[in-house]
Amino acid sequence: MNLLMQHNPVATIGHVFLLFLSSIGRLVLFTWNILSEGLRGPFYFRQFGRMIIEIGYYSLPVIGLTTLFTGAALALQSYSGFADFGAESSIPIIVALAITRELGPVMAGLMVAGRIGAAFAAELGTMRVTEQIDALVTLSTNPYKYLLFPRVIAATLMLPCLVFVGDIIGIFGGYAVSVKALGFAPIPYINNTWAFLEFYDVFTGLVKAAVFGFIVALMGCYHGFHSKGGAQGVGAATTNAVVSASILILLANYMLTEMFFSI
Amino acid sequence: MDHRDKSGDDAERSSIVINAVPKIRLTDVHKRFGKKVVLDGVHLDVMPGESLVIIGGSGSGKSVCIKTVLGLIRPDTGTIEIDGQDVTHLNFREREPFLHKCGMLFQGGALFDSLPVWRNITFAVSQRNGHSKQQLKDIAVDKLGAVGLKPEVADLFPAELSGGMAKRVGLARAIATDPEIIFFDEPTTGLDPIMSDVINELIVSCVKKLGSTAVTITHDMSSVRKIASKVAMIYQGKIIWQGPVSAIDNSGNPYVEQFVHGKAEGPIQVEGKRA
Repeated sequence: MNLLMQHNPVATIGHVFLLFLSSIGRLVLFTWNILSEGLRGPFYFRQFGRMIIEIGYYSLPVIGLTTLFTGAALALQSYSGFADFGAESSIPIIVALAITRELGPVMAGLMVAGRIGAAFAAELGTMRVTEQIDALVTLSTNPYKYLLFPRVIAATLMLPCLVFVGDIIGIFGGYAVSVKALGFAPIPYINNTWAFLEFYDVFTGLVKAAVFGFIVALMGCYHGFHSKGGAQGVGAATTNAVVSASILILLANYMLTEMFFSI
Repeated sequence: MDHRDKSGDDAERSSIVINAVPKIRLTDVHKRFGKKVVLDGVHLDVMPGESLVIIGGSGSGKSVCIKTVLGLIRPDTGTIEIDGQDVTHLNFREREPFLHKCGMLFQGGALFDSLPVWRNITFAVSQRNGHSKQQLKDIAVDKLGAVGLKPEVADLFPAELSGGMAKRVGLARAIATDPEIIFFDEPTTGLDPIMSDVINELIVSCVKKLGSTAVTITHDMSSVRKIASKVAMIYQGKIIWQGPVSAIDNSGNPYVEQFVHGKAEGPIQVEGKRA
């Protein structure tokens, strides 16, 4: 088989394609197991609460700072471009739309992928290689229900909350720079933002956030749960979790944008 | 009269032993990982109340053997029975009643880092019954006492325990639900000789007190002599010898003799050994 692949590029491509398909199949089965086992109960509310705090509360500073500076930079960039055309008055709505529709969910998703996805993969990977997951099974506890389901649900629910707060902070970042550095009047800036921002803009951003939260938790759990080979394996699982979650977030973002905003 | 009664009892007892259903039965179990054959047709019976020790070199398939019984690894072919019921292809939900009968001490303890010792010990108990926090703590302290640890240990986290203490806490967790079957995976590996003997003594006393069936895997011959009532040797995925512990020094099997006496020369070929 290997010899054939060394000499036949078509066989190599076929082999890689088959590996890709089997990975997709494993991931789909893994997701199905988490949801079907988790929804059947018993529910581990203590674990769920721990995850809510871990994801929601402890990620807040990171998300807040990220969106604050993103909103501020966006206002500066827009101003430097729009001033040439006399379109400075568009800056409030540009900042608001960009933050709520795109940058808020994507930046938050990527930051949470780095913080939570990596933490999930490292924790579960360590539990796997130190046989703690096997120990759970011998103690008659289903790891899909106890470890994975609370993580996936908590991330799916908490990322929209984080993004909502991030949206407000990001818009405030744009406002602060516009008012303090670019000479905008405070009240018209706020009025402009309110006038053009619609519920749909915020809502689609929050739906995106829920999808990104699901992706981050799923990738962290998948790579951590299947890690092997000691410290090196846990390191590889962590890297794979963050990289795959980041790529999938950007891919899903494009697809969701296409779905929500294509004419 | 007395004599007749005694022989009647003996006859009854031996007929029970003969007719007893094995607590665990492995029949022609095969398992391979990629090209590596790990179990190659394992046949093994463990009778109720027996303390079986499986010996064998590193990578001989000892751990895989007990992990297939617990459902942690699914065999490729063959059947595994617990109390006469086939558990080979059960899913987690169907396997749960059998898991309730089992406890396991893992090689590295496998204690949950995020939980204090008392929560580790009472983890299975807390999943099954509605105990209060104080009741769970009392159970944990009781089990800690059974493995010779003080009540203060209950509030420590696993990272704060020494190797020997972690093994004892792992043992306390394994016996917390008074299981019918207890598995011990390399219980003395990484411990000094004195602590190894302490752990061996604890295993013997806990198993005797609970009346459990015990399956231990080890390559430590002092553990074998202390713990075992029956010994089985696994080599290249097959059980090549089994018998009572008293027969281990006169097994007549060159593989067992080489292993028991720890000789480099013999029929067992170690990878990487110089010719």
